[in-house]
Amino acid sequence: MVALLLLIGSAALFLFYRMGNSWEFALRFRGMKLLAIIVVAGCVAFSSVAFQTLTNNRILTPSIMGFESLYLLIQTFIVYFYGDQTFKVLNHVDNFLVSVTGMIVFAFLLYLMIYKKGKNNLYLLLLVGIILGTLFSSLSSFMQLLIDPNDFFIIQGKMFATFNKINSDLLWPSLFIMMIILFVGLRMAKYLDVIALGRDQAINLGLNYNRTVKIFMVLIAILVSVSTALVGPITFLGLLVTNLTYELFKTHKHTVIITACCLVSAITLLLGQFFMERVFNLSVPISAIINIIGGFYFMYLLLRVKKL
Amino acid sequence: MIEVQEITKQYGDKVVLDKVGMQFNKGKITSLIGGNGAGKSTLLSVISRLLSQDGGVVLVDEKNISEYKSKMLARRLSILKQSNHVRLKITVRELVSFGRFPYSQEKLTKDDVEMVDRAIDILNLKDIENAYIDELSGGQKQRAYMAMVVAQDTEYILLDEPLNNLDMKHSVQTMKIMRKLADELGKTIIIVLHDINFASHYSDFIVALKNGKIIYHDTTENIIREDVLKDIFDINIKICEFDSKRICNYF
Repeated sequence: MVALLLLIGSAALFLFYRMGNSWEFALRFRGMKLLAIIVVAGCVAFSSVAFQTLTNNRILTPSIMGFESLYLLIQTFIVYFYGDQTFKVLNHVDNFLVSVTGMIVFAFLLYLMIYKKGKNNLYLLLLVGIILGTLFSSLSSFMQLLIDPNDFFIIQGKMFATFNKINSDLLWPSLFIMMIILFVGLRMAKYLDVIALGRDQAINLGLNYNRTVKIFMVLIAILVSVSTALVGPITFLGLLVTNLTYELFKTHKHTVIITACCLVSAITLLLGQFFMERVFNLSVPISAIINIIGGFYFMYLLLRVKKL
Repeated sequence: MIEVQEITKQYGDKVVLDKVGMQFNKGKITSLIGGNGAGKSTLLSVISRLLSQDGGVVLVDEKNISEYKSKMLARRLSILKQSNHVRLKITVRELVSFGRFPYSQEKLTKDDVEMVDRAIDILNLKDIENAYIDELSGGQKQRAYMAMVVAQDTEYILLDEPLNNLDMKHSVQTMKIMRKLADELGKTIIIVLHDINFASHYSDFIVALKNGKIIYHDTTENIIREDVLKDIFDINIKICEFDSKRICNYF
């Protein structure tokens, strides 16, 4: 309840602060950003909470699976081939489609590869994900070294999440996908409650464990792909917001946790964006603000809790 | 009835279960005993579908467990493993309520609430029912999980070393509850035990495993004998009668 009020408050602050004369333009412009923030908040919140419950680990985010490094690899690849022609050949919509498809195909191949061998081991999946992620990062750094320094700026723009150049054509489909997945996910949240008790207990209580985990992994892959392709690598946010949510809402019910986490993410992003625009005058990317706060919080977590 | 046929389980080249076949008696307590690595826990995990076997079948009421819907099997058979550490903000009562998940998922009916109440009662958890699990002692936690299994109200109850974290008082209490569940409610209980005296005192049948094979399967009187126990554990065990119960001294 308090969180909801806070959200409305920060949204209002974000929307109406120093509107200036052309309020129609400002409102439209900011409304677009607000919508993007809501989409990303929903994606990050659900994917991070579900991922942490599946892995039974509170310091992981889905980015460990290599989604973001794959995204950067795809971007680097595109720029590597087209150079400064990039924007002529590939518009925002195409780029978005390519990135989302790439990431989802990657996730499915990864899942298929592991599950086909009859190995239903989530940790093996993570391990392979980490290794592939590292491979992708190395490949992109290699290609970034080869390209023209001017072209590199195009990639650099993609390396940090930003809400300032959202394309409105992409926003509505993203919102639509996010809403559908979130709806399905919330209906399945009761299974997350059981999975949180551990694999053995979940099976004992009659959950088709392997199938349920697979479904959640697919949902997570879709959400992460959408949010990453929309604004850039931002899943580090997940670490901050999920742990904040666990601290604020002491419950094991995932419907509550996920809803609360969506609100917390949206508030964090809104305030982060607000400070970036008003205090730092757009000079630092929002991911830098969030990563600094998140980094400090992460260290605090490590130092405070002995076992994670 | 639970029946296993030719169960084989291998880890690499090491054979953990070697064509194990047997039937468990209905409405009785059967203890699985044997040294470390004999395959007791593995057998229990295979029966409860936590672990998939490399060969053989498990039948519950004459039906292969792989043909059951997971939810339906969870209404017939429950398993409690030895290690249960979660860092969830969940109260004892909420945990016990999960026992009703196979029936009503998260929306409890009146009957479900009654079953939960009864389980909390049986395991004497009334005074800590609203305490958080992560604030409890090992023994209390263990009892909370047992209450969940009781609330699950299954015909077959499988327990993997349930006395591990318990002191003497709670061990005895636990075994008495198991006796009650078997005698009064007709539950079939299969239990992995390390303490031979608990097996001797509270079980109707004993199954002894050694090197992945069942070497003995008989009534308790026929197993708790010096020559048989020496064969199972490879140590000399002295047995004395005390109040018509046999006590083993192996110290």
